[in-house]
Amino acid sequence: MSAPAIVRIEGVTKRFAGVVAVDDVSLEIRPNEFFALLGPSGCGKTTLLRMLAGFERPSAGRILIDGEDMAPVPPNRRPVNMVFQSYAVFPHMSVAENVAYGLRVTGTPRAEIAPRLKDALAMVRLSGLEERMPDQLSGGQRQRVALARALIKRPKVLLLDEPLSALDRKLRQEMQLELVRLQHDVGITFVIVTHDQEEALSMADRIAVMDHGRILQTAPPGELYEEPSCRMVADFIGTMNLFPARVLGAANPGIRVEAAGLGAFELPGMAPAGSEIGVAVRPEKVRLSRDPPRNGAIAVCGTVAQVAYFGDYSHVSIEAAPAVRITCYQTHRSRRDRGAVAEGEVCWVSWDPADCILLTE
Amino acid sequence: MGQESAQVMARERAGPLEYSRKVWLRAWLVATFVFLYAPIVILIVFSFNDSRRNIVWQGFTLEYYDRAWQNASLIEAFTNSIVIALLATAISTVIGALLALALWRFRFPGKPALEGAVALPIVIPEICMGVALLAFFARTGWPTALPWPLNLGPIVAGHVAFCFPFVAIVVRARMAGFDRALEEASRDLGAGEWQTFRRITLPYMKPGLIAGALLAMTLSLDDFVITFFTSGPETLTFPVKVYSMVRFGATPEVNAASTILIAVTIVLTVIAMRLQRPTQTAETSA
Repeated sequence: MSAPAIVRIEGVTKRFAGVVAVDDVSLEIRPNEFFALLGPSGCGKTTLLRMLAGFERPSAGRILIDGEDMAPVPPNRRPVNMVFQSYAVFPHMSVAENVAYGLRVTGTPRAEIAPRLKDALAMVRLSGLEERMPDQLSGGQRQRVALARALIKRPKVLLLDEPLSALDRKLRQEMQLELVRLQHDVGITFVIVTHDQEEALSMADRIAVMDHGRILQTAPPGELYEEPSCRMVADFIGTMNLFPARVLGAANPGIRVEAAGLGAFELPGMAPAGSEIGVAVRPEKVRLSRDPPRNGAIAVCGTVAQVAYFGDYSHVSIEAAPAVRITCYQTHRSRRDRGAVAEGEVCWVSWDPADCILLTE
Repeated sequence: MGQESAQVMARERAGPLEYSRKVWLRAWLVATFVFLYAPIVILIVFSFNDSRRNIVWQGFTLEYYDRAWQNASLIEAFTNSIVIALLATAISTVIGALLALALWRFRFPGKPALEGAVALPIVIPEICMGVALLAFFARTGWPTALPWPLNLGPIVAGHVAFCFPFVAIVVRARMAGFDRALEEASRDLGAGEWQTFRRITLPYMKPGLIAGALLAMTLSLDDFVITFFTSGPETLTFPVKVYSMVRFGATPEVNAASTILIAVTIVLTVIAMRLQRPTQTAETSA
């Protein structure tokens, strides 16, 4: 990508009283990108976001926004705006006063405020609620106020701190689509912090997975899901069957490995003979059958240990050997699904060697 | 079905906390209220008594309100009380609010000690505060023969000393519910520190400030002990004046004056209580 980065984070570290929250992070966020910082709670993603907003100072490293070093710039002078996890809608101000606040305090002429207020409210579909007070709004509406309030400032980067975590599931999915639409309409770079991988995968153009203050992998959602760079990412994103394995030697093409409970098989890829690696496969790539599968696939026979019903499909857990469990999905394509397996049944699971992910880290 | 269950209900014995179903508990409640409020009611009733001696009801009159109004030294004492209350309230509200903000917002060495020290003037017996202030003003050689209202200085200082902790506690309690993200949001949207304080923090504090101020005012208005020790012959306050009048016999005039003080205090207290739950009305209307 040749476009210059809108946000450039160079070797940023943040320590709180000796605890390292963000550990030497370098990152580039491109213009008009929907970028997600994904990780478990306490991984440092919110601290990183707060450093972009200016609420925390980096202990080391530099943050540049649109080419300008942000170190001496206080939060109120940065070309970024934030949507807070609690929304932080001002309780004593009406919707209109809340949204216009950022223009009013910076001395924008009244004649300019009115049309921009109207546009901002229309953008988040709050037109007609100008005079409502925050305690008369639903959680979703309050969030729209927080969004409009930030967007009206026309920031170069919009920061969103777990913006959907307080909403119920249905509303959350709606807002996910809405945020993507909004980002597309306004053409502003969005940086969202989330611990919800579904949220990150469905919304973001690129995702940085963080853990213990470090970035493990930065990639588009598809790449992150299909080609995780390490065990941690593989485990954190989606569900994964992970088998510890040992490389026996080179095969033609690829390598020959042996995993406990699966036996020996051949895989595409490269790894030195004798090394310990991880072999992973996504559950949706695993086929479940009562008969032995065709040749060429990695196949193993086991008993159904557990079936978890989710309505549209079930998670089926197969015990191939003691302590070796393989999860796969069974879609319920018919209302009278006679093919459904039951607990205790003996079944075959199989998958294509090309669907295996080789994890050397 | 409905009848059956109603019968079952009736047969059930009243639980230990079902006060409304126990007659003797209700009687106890009434007795408590009589014990608490009968003296005050009698005081108010007898302020309208048409009799010089305040023992037997003789008939209704407003004469003693008029006489209290004509009593120049009583009115002077009342004016003193109001001026002292206003000054003490203003000063203790500012000091109390600043203290509350410091305790709410910052972490600093000695903070627990300071938090404890704030509550100290509340728990120290008033008589001790009074003696201490008397000793303090005598020791420091505080000028006494000043023109009005400067001669009220010692009393105002004494009142501030016991009023501002109440303000601090009320404001602190109010700020406990404040989302710090509101201040950050304001900064994020381009407001400076002062703008943020004025437009976001202060409006949130306001109900606490008003409640604290009214509390301070009622405390200052009817304080006797501390005032008694810090007032001179020229600076009588209303409660001290009433006390000196009672020493010559409790006339209905004293009752009338006291009734007015009770009325002022009740009105201020009701306003303070209303303001301490400001969001309730907005929520129910939603």
